[in-house]
Amino acid sequence: MPRVIVLVGTRKGCFLLESDEDRHDWSVRGPFCEGWPIYHAVHDPASGTIYAAAASDWHGAGVWRSGDLGESWTLSSAGLAYASGDLKLSKVSGLTVAHGRVLAGAEAAGVFESSDGGETWSLLSTLDGQPGRGDWNDPSKQPPGHLGLPAILPHPDEPDRFWAVVQGFGIFETTDDGASWTPRNRGLRADWPLDDPEVGYCVHKLVMSPADRERLYQQNHCGVHRSDDGGRSWVEITDGLPSDFGFAAAAHPHDRDSFYVIPLDAGHGRCMPDGRAAVWRTRDAGATWERHDRGLPQHDAHLGVLREGLAIDALDVPGLYFGTSTGQVFASVDEGETWDEIAGYLPGIASVEVAIVE
Amino acid sequence: MADLHLPPTLPPLFAGLPRQLDVDAATVAEAIDRLDQRWPGLRDRLCEPGPVLRPHINVYVDRERAALDTTLEVRSRVDVVAAISGG
Repeated sequence: MPRVIVLVGTRKGCFLLESDEDRHDWSVRGPFCEGWPIYHAVHDPASGTIYAAAASDWHGAGVWRSGDLGESWTLSSAGLAYASGDLKLSKVSGLTVAHGRVLAGAEAAGVFESSDGGETWSLLSTLDGQPGRGDWNDPSKQPPGHLGLPAILPHPDEPDRFWAVVQGFGIFETTDDGASWTPRNRGLRADWPLDDPEVGYCVHKLVMSPADRERLYQQNHCGVHRSDDGGRSWVEITDGLPSDFGFAAAAHPHDRDSFYVIPLDAGHGRCMPDGRAAVWRTRDAGATWERHDRGLPQHDAHLGVLREGLAIDALDVPGLYFGTSTGQVFASVDEGETWDEIAGYLPGIASVEVAIVE
Repeated sequence: MADLHLPPTLPPLFAGLPRQLDVDAATVAEAIDRLDQRWPGLRDRLCEPGPVLRPHINVYVDRERAALDTTLEVRSRVDVVAAISGG
């Protein structure tokens, strides 16, 4: 019988929440990774390996890996460094597994790859020559908690094609495995002056519909947006949401028009509005939005959810999972209609991913 | 042989690494090199490219604050401290 494993990256290690495919009874294992802050933990369905991107304030950045679903862990940072003196790798921010390798996004902004299961790494690209590159590597222009290049979205069919998100600058697409790049931010909104209209957009979460390779969605600092042409152009679909700000987002695995976001207040707090927790869903590609809060706290719930904090599984009736900055994990097994708390006292959560294992 | 003491955050990362061990080395950098030969990757946990000691990794030789090029005497005590504060 398949098992569902929710991988939770927290400020103090990685945790694994496990259930059968009914997804009602959950057990919690962890903390793993020696309590290192985990920015993103992912599962490779091909090898069964779990990878966890980490950065310790004392011992540097690296990627933990477990080939036995968390029973044992190994850390490696071999090759996770910049050769030149002008860039310094402070953290591994995001991980992606695709086409037989692991890609890692880092701060300072760069893409690293591993083709030996995370044992060694090599630098693939620092997006040299792209507009904005000088600014995004200038420490004086970086916000607190800078993630550099926090996300890489692979193309499921084309190994050399993927999209990289550079924090505060936007999306860049490569079709030749990082040899060249093209900004893909046309149509996005920025509520601040731009030196170059091609870049300067704050993309928080980029996802592709598994049902349509050309359908991308994103939660941006400035609104929610949809692309129907693989990111070449974007249209805003924020109308109907309580806030244009948020971090997390997820695309339905079977329906190209269904997409989820968790709106947050845009100020310093960056929590769910009015202390009432809710996940919002569109079933018509952003034309209209539905609020879903049944089972979620509706009083004094000042919950934040970060950019990798929402995940959706690929079962026939998909389950959704989100983790909060205050350590709760909530799950829905009816496509977001109702929710249950499946873990309540974890450290602050940076990432949630879900795996189906046999 | 220098008398080397490591912080408690390091042994869980490397199989068989003790908190205290004797190391035959002329400098702090050489002592770390010796450890890295036996436990590959250990240098990266203490040093950044340069190499320089990582921020918040403090090394003391005979109770004096030290750097990578600090020389070691035959029975120097070397304390490697991860300067952890707060929760």
